[in-house]
Amino acid sequence: MATFSILVMVCVAYVVLLFSVAFAADRAARRGRGAWLRSPLVYTLSLSIYCTAWTFYGAVGFAARSGLEYVTIYLGPTLVMIGWWWTLRKMVRVGRSQRITSVADMISSRYGKSNTLAVCVTVLAVIGATPYIALQLQSVTLSFAAFSPSGPSLQARSEQSIAIYVALGLTLFTILFGTRNLDANERHHGVVIAIALEAVVKLFALLAVGVFVVWGLEGGIAQTLARIDASPIAEFTVAPSRWTALTLLSAAAFLCLPRMFQVMVVENEDESHLRTAAWAFPLYLMLISLFVVPIAAVGLNLMPAGTNPDLFVLKLPLLAGQDGLAILSFLGGFSSATSMVIVAAIALSTMVSNHIVMPIWLRATGGAAMMSGDVRQVALLARRLSIGAVVFLGYLYFRMSGGGTALAAIGLIAFAGVAQFLPALMGGLVWRGATRTGALAGLGVGFAFWLYCLLLPSFGAGVIVPVRVMEAGLFGQSWLRPYAMFWTGGMDPLVHAVMWSMLLNCAAFCAVSVFTFPRPVERLQGAQFVNVFDHSQRPGSWTGGLGQSEDLLIMSQRILGAAEAQEVFARAARRQGLSGYLPEPSPEFLDYLERRLSGSVGAATAHAMVSQIVGRATVSVEDLLAVADETAQIMEYSNRLEAKSTEQARTARQLRVVNEKLTQLSVQKDGFLSQVSHELRTPMTSIRAFSEILLSGSLTPDELQEYAAIIHAESLRLTRLLDDLLDLSVLESGQVVLNVQTATLAQVMDRAISSAVGSAPGQLDIRRDAAAEAITLQTDVDRLAQVFINLIANARKYCDADHPVLEIRIERDKAWLTVDFVDNGRGIPIEDEALIFEKFSRLGETRAPGAGLGLAICREIMHRLGGSVAYLPGQRGAAFRVRLPLAPLEPGGGNDLVTNGGLRSVR
Amino acid sequence: MSTRPPGRRAEFVARDTYRRRRMIDAAGLLPVLGALLFLVPLLWIGAQVGEPGGAPRTSHVMLYLFAVWAILVVLSALVSRGLGAGSDAQPPEDGGHADMDASEDAGGGGPPERRG
Repeated sequence: MATFSILVMVCVAYVVLLFSVAFAADRAARRGRGAWLRSPLVYTLSLSIYCTAWTFYGAVGFAARSGLEYVTIYLGPTLVMIGWWWTLRKMVRVGRSQRITSVADMISSRYGKSNTLAVCVTVLAVIGATPYIALQLQSVTLSFAAFSPSGPSLQARSEQSIAIYVALGLTLFTILFGTRNLDANERHHGVVIAIALEAVVKLFALLAVGVFVVWGLEGGIAQTLARIDASPIAEFTVAPSRWTALTLLSAAAFLCLPRMFQVMVVENEDESHLRTAAWAFPLYLMLISLFVVPIAAVGLNLMPAGTNPDLFVLKLPLLAGQDGLAILSFLGGFSSATSMVIVAAIALSTMVSNHIVMPIWLRATGGAAMMSGDVRQVALLARRLSIGAVVFLGYLYFRMSGGGTALAAIGLIAFAGVAQFLPALMGGLVWRGATRTGALAGLGVGFAFWLYCLLLPSFGAGVIVPVRVMEAGLFGQSWLRPYAMFWTGGMDPLVHAVMWSMLLNCAAFCAVSVFTFPRPVERLQGAQFVNVFDHSQRPGSWTGGLGQSEDLLIMSQRILGAAEAQEVFARAARRQGLSGYLPEPSPEFLDYLERRLSGSVGAATAHAMVSQIVGRATVSVEDLLAVADETAQIMEYSNRLEAKSTEQARTARQLRVVNEKLTQLSVQKDGFLSQVSHELRTPMTSIRAFSEILLSGSLTPDELQEYAAIIHAESLRLTRLLDDLLDLSVLESGQVVLNVQTATLAQVMDRAISSAVGSAPGQLDIRRDAAAEAITLQTDVDRLAQVFINLIANARKYCDADHPVLEIRIERDKAWLTVDFVDNGRGIPIEDEALIFEKFSRLGETRAPGAGLGLAICREIMHRLGGSVAYLPGQRGAAFRVRLPLAPLEPGGGNDLVTNGGLRSVR
Repeated sequence: MSTRPPGRRAEFVARDTYRRRRMIDAAGLLPVLGALLFLVPLLWIGAQVGEPGGAPRTSHVMLYLFAVWAILVVLSALVSRGLGAGSDAQPPEDGGHADMDASEDAGGGGPPERRG
């Protein structure tokens, strides 16, 4: 009796400790302290809710019944954890990017935020978890009973009262720390830290019992091994099918259990925590299962026959009189049970309230409540009531089942139930072709088989399933016997049920998915999930601009709370460059808001709420195209095509330009030829005419003299023209030999002026800058003089001022010499500026002799000398600018066909 | 075109990236290795001719299983550490979108900016 009262006191103290730890952690987290709360170690320890009372008590019982088989339950999760890179990482990434709140939310989100699917998963999860919660309550009451000195009759009553106290306490704890914030995506630091503490306690307790049994009761490792060899479980006689099936089943359940999803994905603080958990959690599992077989073997040896092997962990220390160790062991089992119930209740209540209560409430109030009622309070209330309901359901199951079933068996049945989520969950993560209908079909078929082949018969033949059906099959069909579907008799019932339910689940899921067509939202979400590492950002799916920001704010306040909603809106507005609290309802903002809300009420409900205000969310074809891989390729291809066609267009344009130039050149050539012919014909005509006169005779000597002079002048003009043409063609063809000499600019200028004006000085007033002309040049001086002569002669010929003045300005900088020839005439009209350098271009009425080749030749010469000559507009008269590099000219360039002597000055 | 077409990985990479990719391969192979090793005891059933009843002894299988378990834990720790070296920068085949939600969660709100 003394032990029992101490136990009760210790138990109460432990509960008080848990509450205060949770409270302190919550407070630390709210104040921004407690970075250690987010350490990977805490994450790893929180994963240990996988090890429930079923592990703590049940594993030893399991081992006592069937040897090493229990270890498969921990091998499966070990394999999943060490393969985290391929599965868990993706699940966690998706969970975080989509703000997933539960496994039902995950599946529903993946398949187009389908609430039907979410409801199905929720219902099935509750069905699967209720016996499991009952199991925890049962284990706590059993362990209390183990200490209780009272008789059997008294025991039954106290058991029930204990169960109800435990259930009430757990409900209180869960409501206090599990529904502190509505956003299920926010971490429940208090809960997590309490679970981590309990994880340490249960591991320590089991290890302590194990150490006590091996070294205290048996006296060493060798003796313990000998004891195992001598025990009824000495032989390893596991059926291979069961070994494999149980490993796979535990791996599947590890991924699908709502409570595991809660701690693994929803409560995940940082993706990199998985890296630590990848080895630390397998280590935890290994340690917790290390002493199971020794405890079982020693228990089988020491305990009187008929003792429940599930309680060896507790009874062995009691038997040896180690009350302290027994109490520690009790606390370990208590921790295992309570942490599981707390997390399972949180996970299930989130699912129930988000996917069942909230949609019903929203529909019942017709959306009007969004404007008037307080959604936040309703959602929190729904979640709290759900927690109570879930725990109460477990209690009810415990009362009704009477706690007779062996712990391990019921655990495995629950595992097989939740494992039915696996095809839809994993298939949805890796296969974009998975559809909502396929997921529904798979889940439906899997659960039907699980119910018919495993759960219902497990209550015993004749309890729910009539004996007739068990033996002869449904409707007398022998292939429909629950334990021998399709005539596959002789199998272990669990293996049989797992095999058929999973096989047909997968088959239905795949086949229906292949033959159905997903809705646009489904395809969008599918791409988001499967390619979560490629583009974590979903494309805008809301047609913005229609939504009223104010309505959205009002609604968000109901869910997030006024301060937080205003903060969110103000920040969004600032980001859009607006002041105040109302951002533009852009697709990005609506998308963000929906995700933010889905953290509180689940994806489906959040989607429904936003669409009630904004209008239907439309998924445009472009949205789908943007995320689809094959489309990305198509887009890339079309981009390339576009680039190519742009290139072709550019080439075509270039070709057109070249063609135009060629046509122009051809026209120019024709013009040139006709010009040349014309220029040649004029002097030839006069030569012919006057020579005919000469031939006719009878002329006076004066006339003879005059006509001969005309013929001579004309032939000179002809020769000059031909010389010019030859010069030009030589220059243009580049076959010119430059004769590089050194001279000062003044010398060149003197020569040019005397040459150009020599015969009639005074007609043109030339103003020079003698100082500036003292520049030594190293270039083809003759050619440069030729250019100067031409320009000065032009001024003399064309300047129409009363007192023609030519000013020669000289400027130089580092590399260039610039010589401007500016006269005071009328200048050249703008439209003709482009023409003057063309061949045979003479402006207006020809006043002076010349074939119009002068400037064309100048341009060619300057080009050869490395400089340029151009018309300089805006000088009030005609102005030409000659630019010449100061660097010495490189001689050469051309062949020797034309020598310097062949050049003639141009006038 | 000079730019690498999207969605295609570089064929030849620097030493660190190469090592990291092999670590990813190892992370994939590790569960397969573990599963195979955990199935080995099944092959012993019926093969123990000298033993009474022909079944392997539980104690032997237990020692074997826990040894394999410990080795897997060590290997997993090594692989995770190898993968951790480049965890700050997203691995190249992941498209380079670094943990899009991290900033959002850390900040506690505000629409995430689109990354193109």
